[in-house]
Amino acid sequence: MRPFTYERATSAQDAAAKAAAMPGARFIAGGTNLLDLMKLEIETPGHLIDVNGLGMDQIVETPEGGLRIGALVRNTDLAADRRVRKDYGVLTRALVAGASGQLRNKATTAGNLLQRTRCPYFYDVNMPCNKRKPGSGCGAIGGFSRQLGVIGTSEACIATHPSDMAVAMRVLDASVETMRPDGTTRAIPIAEFHKLPGQTPQTETALEKGELIISVALPKPTGGTHIYRKVRDRASYAFALVSVAAVIGRDGKGAVALGGVAPKPWRVEEADALLSKGAQAVSDRLFADATPREDNAFKIMLAKRTIASVIAEAKG
Amino acid sequence: MTQGCGAISRRDVLKTSAAGAAIAGSLGTGSVALAQADASAPPTAAVRMKVNGKQTSLTLDTRTTLLDTLREHLKLTGTKKGCDHGQCGACTVIVNGRRINSCLTLAVMHEGDEVTTIEGLGTVGDLHPMQAAFVEHDGYQCGYCTPGQICSAVAVLEEIRAGIPSHVTEDIGAAPGMTTLEMRERMSGNICRCGAYSNIAEAMAQVAGVEA
Repeated sequence: MRPFTYERATSAQDAAAKAAAMPGARFIAGGTNLLDLMKLEIETPGHLIDVNGLGMDQIVETPEGGLRIGALVRNTDLAADRRVRKDYGVLTRALVAGASGQLRNKATTAGNLLQRTRCPYFYDVNMPCNKRKPGSGCGAIGGFSRQLGVIGTSEACIATHPSDMAVAMRVLDASVETMRPDGTTRAIPIAEFHKLPGQTPQTETALEKGELIISVALPKPTGGTHIYRKVRDRASYAFALVSVAAVIGRDGKGAVALGGVAPKPWRVEEADALLSKGAQAVSDRLFADATPREDNAFKIMLAKRTIASVIAEAKG
Repeated sequence: MTQGCGAISRRDVLKTSAAGAAIAGSLGTGSVALAQADASAPPTAAVRMKVNGKQTSLTLDTRTTLLDTLREHLKLTGTKKGCDHGQCGACTVIVNGRRINSCLTLAVMHEGDEVTTIEGLGTVGDLHPMQAAFVEHDGYQCGYCTPGQICSAVAVLEEIRAGIPSHVTEDIGAAPGMTTLEMRERMSGNICRCGAYSNIAEAMAQVAGVEA
């Protein structure tokens, strides 16, 4: 690990302003992903701003009837919240499908959204990777791509976003609330929060320099059956090959988002409208323009079958 | 980060030799040399925490993980370093009542926290019930993962009692049951290369007072 200076932030704006002013500064909260990457010297911040003392660890009801989740709410606490379990079951299901108990106790809501890909070529500093070292090429294209993306990828990067939580938040139409270094706040719809790689896979989110996530807002609950189905190589504690988050009403209408297939939680609103037509129609729309590789083409069939299973379960 | 035993760490040696080189290079302008040596020294920060009930104050290289602090600075070597990347669970300790991977957290992030390691759960003469159950059921072979397994197991039973749902909880609207299925799922972050899993599950079931 490279040496770094460390400070405990005193307020959200103080943290944001300092992060913007100091070159190489990073926020640290749970640290479960950042420290892993710092040990490998994939992340090399010169200064860490510890935001753990800023509060932001409550889940409160909004005037609109939804929930506002503090950025520092731990994954365990979010999954266990009585209101989340009752009205946003897909979110609890996604959270408990991710990582291990130890990691969920530390990992935060904001950190989960900001976690980096687990692409093996990103993790291996001896390999080219446009995300880790822009312009160095992509080792994954033509390499071992079994875990990697089939849609939304580019010729520069085929990494997937590893989060389960974010997939559920995408199907719930969450918005990410932030504070900028000048103290102003804004809400970023989760659909626009994660960026597709294009020619700049190193730019992963809509966040500006120093901008700090302070909360995630969920709109008023819509009812329906909430399902998160994760398909992986082990029964527990493994990243998704494919995951499906769905909220489906009694009338068969609803929303569906996929994890494990794209650089961001993958949802296409036109595909939602096809839910009553069945998994083939939904899948065809979700994967229109897909660019699977030899090793990961199976994900398209696997996703279709998982969607079929989820639709069947919702019908009861 | 530092050597496992002895009062002089590898870093101390490197720091000393770096200062020595600077002094040699500057031919007697001692104050400048010392300033250079200080500037190149890795940043440190102070932290106070309670470890197994005992208050400790440390000034550490900011890079020091909680795991390395326990093992190298406090000589509590019961907590083990397996993968050092949060994948194996050998470093599991209980912080403020919750189990975490001590390898994936910096010591300086734990100002004011209460840390319990395997040494704090029980002693040779007075084992924690989970330690006694692991012995009784042969919940290990080589024993390397065992401190992490036991810290995790103790916390898992508390998590189920607290009503925290898991991936195998059928009805997330209700409290999870104290079942071996729940325990096995929740223990997936603790890897045992010897494969003592079924015996660990039996030990946990005994402590929980349920059928394995």
